[in-house]
Amino acid sequence: MSENKSNWPLWEVFVRSRQGLGHKHVGSLHAADAEMAIGNARDVYTRRQEGVSIWVVPAESITASSPSDSEALFDPANDKVYRHPTFFVLPDEVNHM
Amino acid sequence: MIETQEHLRKEFDAYVAADKKIEPKDWMPDAYRKTLIRQISQHAHSEIVGMLPEGQWITRAPSLQRKAILLAKVQDEAGHGLYLYSAAETLGVDRADLVDDLLSGKAKYSSIFNYPSLTWADIGAIGWLVDGAAIMNQVPLCRCSYGPYARAMTRVCKEESFHQRQGYSIMMQLMKGTDAQKEMAQDALNRWWWPALMMFGPSDSESMHSSQNMKWNIKRFSNDELRQRMVDMTVPQAECIGLKMPDSDLKWNEDKGGHDFGEIDWTEFYDVIAGNGICNKERLEDRNKAHDDGEWVRDAAVAYSEKRNANK
Repeated sequence: MSENKSNWPLWEVFVRSRQGLGHKHVGSLHAADAEMAIGNARDVYTRRQEGVSIWVVPAESITASSPSDSEALFDPANDKVYRHPTFFVLPDEVNHM
Repeated sequence: MIETQEHLRKEFDAYVAADKKIEPKDWMPDAYRKTLIRQISQHAHSEIVGMLPEGQWITRAPSLQRKAILLAKVQDEAGHGLYLYSAAETLGVDRADLVDDLLSGKAKYSSIFNYPSLTWADIGAIGWLVDGAAIMNQVPLCRCSYGPYARAMTRVCKEESFHQRQGYSIMMQLMKGTDAQKEMAQDALNRWWWPALMMFGPSDSESMHSSQNMKWNIKRFSNDELRQRMVDMTVPQAECIGLKMPDSDLKWNEDKGGHDFGEIDWTEFYDVIAGNGICNKERLEDRNKAHDDGEWVRDAAVAYSEKRNANK
């Protein structure tokens, strides 16, 4: 059955929940083209005013980091605690900096 | 760095035991992937087939408002099916193959939807009891170890409580009506109560997938625990609007702080799963017809998109 199936491509959907916030990934869907993907995303992911703006991105266009690289990518941050302000102890007299 | 399967497996077990989430690209045991694909796709199929018994009443709803509400509810079910298919696909399966398995009868869906919706009161009973049981099952799934499934369930649960309330409100209104309307509500409860209790699956001693799924934090509570909660929750709700529970063995048990209730007819349960329920055949035929009738639309959409891409 699979060979003559019209397989619509997969799109990842990002929704801005309200003005001032960034778009956030909400899930994916299938659609024949970008326009239909926006229409479907509206019906599937924003039936209750969950958004004011939608991005759809072909899933195959996304390059993701691999979990096996997570050490190389994210671990070095651990030994650079001085990047956080709390690393530096202030005298009691100085309350805010 | 070469990691053995055994090492990965141990890491995975420890990770899940610490109640952390697994994401699509993380390593996972084949059996974990397989059981999730089975469960999530069955769940998706149930949402899709679940539109049929209620869809039949959209054109016959007793008022314009009830019609609009039912339409919104059925649309939600379609949405839930889509969230879930999308979660299943993150595990590396193709949606078209999942749909094929539903249409060919290879895949299962919740057997509750193989019961007919005979009267308007059935729409009340379905929302109240079937969606009620579904919520009971689904709330713990919001904390399931597989991230995309947990996130889909969070969305579903948020929307589902409207479904249960609209069902109960139909029953409430009928119980304020004429004798015939009250009888209709009681009759719907009588027919849906036992199948609703069967939705929690076989008794703990019989359940095939339970213990491993508990270890993997896919399942949080046993079938019997959730069923007990369903009984304890529903009894006062029925009482409150003057409905009588169709179970002569039902009584409060002070010691266990819950109700004792009658034996479920497991022969019926397995019979419906085996395909011999009242509507199994009709449901699959309707799904297949909808799929076949929509084929030209899917083909046209692809042709249109190809043509536009070619002209770019």
